[in-house]
Amino acid sequence: MKHPGMTNKVYNISNDVFNWSEDNFNRVSEIIKKYPNSRQQSAVIPLLDLAQRQNSGWLSKTAIEKVAETLSMSYIRVLEVATFYSMFNLEPVGENFVQICRTTPCWLRGSDKLTKVAKEISNSKLGETSTDNKFTIVEVECLGACCNAPMVQINDNYYEDLDEDNFRKILIDLKNNKSINKGSQIGRQTSHPKRGNDA
Amino acid sequence: MPTITIDNKKVEFENGMTVMQACELAGAEIPRFCYHEKLSIAGNCRMCLVEMEKAPKPIASCAMPAGEGMVIKTNTDTIQKARKGVMEFLLINHPLDCPICDQGGECDLQDQALHYGFDKSRYEENKRAVKNKHMGPLVSTIMTRCIHCTRCVRFSTEVAGVDDLGLLGRGESAEITTYLEKTIDSELSGNVIDLCPVGALTNKPYAFKSRPWELTKTETHDVLDGVGSSIRVDTRGKQVLRVLPRINEDTNEEWINDKTRFAIDGLSRQRLDKVYIKNDNKLNVADWDTALNKIKYELNKRGKEKTIALSGKFTDAETIIASKLFLDGLGSNLYDCRFDNAQIIHNESESYKFNSSIQEIENADSILLVGSNPRWEASVLNARIRKAYINNNCKVGVIGPHLDLNYPYTKISNSLSGLNDIKEKKSEFSNIFHNSKNPLIIIGTSAINNSEGASVLKLCADIAKKLPNYSNTFNPLNILNQDISRVGSLELGFVNKEFDKNFKENIKENIQTNKPVIFLLGLDEIDPKNLEQAFVVYIGHHGDLNAQHADIILPSPAYTEKTSTFMNIEGRVIQTSRCHNPLGEAKEEWKIFRVLSDLMNCDLQFNNLNDVRKYLVDNNKNFLQILECNNTSNLSFASPEVITELTIAYNISNFYMNDSISRSSETMANCTNEILNKAKAS
Repeated sequence: MKHPGMTNKVYNISNDVFNWSEDNFNRVSEIIKKYPNSRQQSAVIPLLDLAQRQNSGWLSKTAIEKVAETLSMSYIRVLEVATFYSMFNLEPVGENFVQICRTTPCWLRGSDKLTKVAKEISNSKLGETSTDNKFTIVEVECLGACCNAPMVQINDNYYEDLDEDNFRKILIDLKNNKSINKGSQIGRQTSHPKRGNDA
Repeated sequence: MPTITIDNKKVEFENGMTVMQACELAGAEIPRFCYHEKLSIAGNCRMCLVEMEKAPKPIASCAMPAGEGMVIKTNTDTIQKARKGVMEFLLINHPLDCPICDQGGECDLQDQALHYGFDKSRYEENKRAVKNKHMGPLVSTIMTRCIHCTRCVRFSTEVAGVDDLGLLGRGESAEITTYLEKTIDSELSGNVIDLCPVGALTNKPYAFKSRPWELTKTETHDVLDGVGSSIRVDTRGKQVLRVLPRINEDTNEEWINDKTRFAIDGLSRQRLDKVYIKNDNKLNVADWDTALNKIKYELNKRGKEKTIALSGKFTDAETIIASKLFLDGLGSNLYDCRFDNAQIIHNESESYKFNSSIQEIENADSILLVGSNPRWEASVLNARIRKAYINNNCKVGVIGPHLDLNYPYTKISNSLSGLNDIKEKKSEFSNIFHNSKNPLIIIGTSAINNSEGASVLKLCADIAKKLPNYSNTFNPLNILNQDISRVGSLELGFVNKEFDKNFKENIKENIQTNKPVIFLLGLDEIDPKNLEQAFVVYIGHHGDLNAQHADIILPSPAYTEKTSTFMNIEGRVIQTSRCHNPLGEAKEEWKIFRVLSDLMNCDLQFNNLNDVRKYLVDNNKNFLQILECNNTSNLSFASPEVITELTIAYNISNFYMNDSISRSSETMANCTNEILNKAKAS
């Protein structure tokens, strides 16, 4: 299974520079303040997350090194954390990082079909980034929203109660930079039964 | 003391022990891979499972604190089954390449698979393979063999103090590596080879050389630095194939530095194995009789009472006493061992010894380093300073230029005059230092190899005397000598006041006026230009810097080829053993001086090694007790001197090649290129 968060390799672009943006620089000091004195290195996960958001969804070599330098840690210690968690992507990803859940409940409810749709629209293979840099499609294990299966996660949001049609629409809208509704696509409130409130 | 029941046997244990340690007290052997006494507990290999009463499942004994009244069983059927299960999992991804693995025959996994392994595999899926990682010129890696015990990661982080190694990824994709496969930048890196319980990290220069059962193993001591680490030398025929550490809590704990371990290929290169005499500016092979008679002729011609003898880095005590007695017989007392111009206070052994003992560093809560780079001068001693930093948050202050140490330190000054501030409690560090409970002063030879040397010692003694832990029995003043020969030579009085203050100039002047015969006992650290007027007899084992300028070369055995006595920096008497016969025509130095004494009619009374050792003990009682050191704490030379402005220059510029053996070593040359030069370039 190819997944940019599940590699141990550091991806290096030549002449790449990573510096905290002004906003993030302030947030870094706020995050570090949350941890007790001499335990600042505990901030490594929030800082990696911040760096990933600033760096269009993935951690480059320079981003990892910047986090290490910010916290006076050695590079290898930060890389250990970044490689341990699959949520940290170590390879470039497209604008929309689409994670399709394929664990049993979603699979029974048709996640295979969603994968097929996603491949077709992005015109790329699983784990790869589309040529227009709009999508990176990956399959993942349970994301914990089985009640509204099948579901996918696109960047920070969940899209639930999908079928081929509404998922295709979501992807086409994303491709055309249109706004889309997050959450259940059939108007379901949280995890209420499908028929509404009459159950 | 609390008691614990292990296999129906009650034993008392100390609070804070783990179940595994308690089991060892009871004599029950627990198999383990990840647990190591000197490292933090990881508890990830699960091999040490034992049964605990009232526990629903087996527990990992290495990570479980022993408690009062626990009932532990270590050899039940459940445990056997559990360990077999763990072993089966460990072996799932372990390749079956024991026949080509360097660890074969001394592999923990191999040994334990004998007891807990199955005869066939039930695993039918794909095995994982891991790419090998580059870790430098010393450690070779076959990462598919790795069982992820993380001993190497914990060692490099905790003991070596370099955050270089790490475990990337998780689960099946976990792999040990350095960041972007950089070289491990530590002088203790070789120890990960011993720590690795399988063949994942192995000795690169020793790769495919030999099997452990083919080797002759000799327990001896290292002489390449002042610590005198306990080592085991593995030889085959006349070749030293590898060096391994032995446990010695007094000196090296369980580690040795990379020079000790890897410089041994220097022992079979550039060796002096024949007698040479210089004719027409060319060294020609000769025989012993001709050479010794030539020396006799020159001694008589140039004046035997002017003869000089200078000892080198590896000169053993037997050589020192024999040459001293010989020169005494000739009527000369021009012998000295302080080729680096280190100043000492005459007749004060406290002015050149590591008085507090190496082990005492562990208890220190602040350390003042004066002109010393312990990381290079005595790496295993430096590991203790790091231990003190980790366990007691030991504060370190440095007088001297910038150092790359593996613990934080406060820099006081570049110049020796920083000592004045310490004395007068002016600098920030001096308050920390004077207010700590167990402060230590460590003086390197770079601080005392100058005109101020004696004053530095006196002033430091004065400071030491006022420290809270100074007492009749404890002396916080330490001098860190770089060479194994130094303390022994000084203890035997192999020193002459004529060469005080400025060794180089004094020798040069003496040679220009007297044109004497000069014996260099393996000394390469002297400028050959100053020797031009003299008749130089080089007695040593390596054709290094000075042998080519000698008029006569007499070959002598290296430290693995003779039994000899040394004193380490603490004054601890250590004896090396002969691991194999000397190369070529090499003869022990004391034998050479014995024959010369006959030729010169100065009548030395020893005929064998035991006789020489009797003279040693007669000369200095401290040589009587092997592996002991008798240190005093008088500091009678203390005086409140004021030191002038004098910038310290460290007298060691390349850890890997700073003596005749390591300079001849190819491995050490590779290290210099790959580690030091790269560090300089970046």
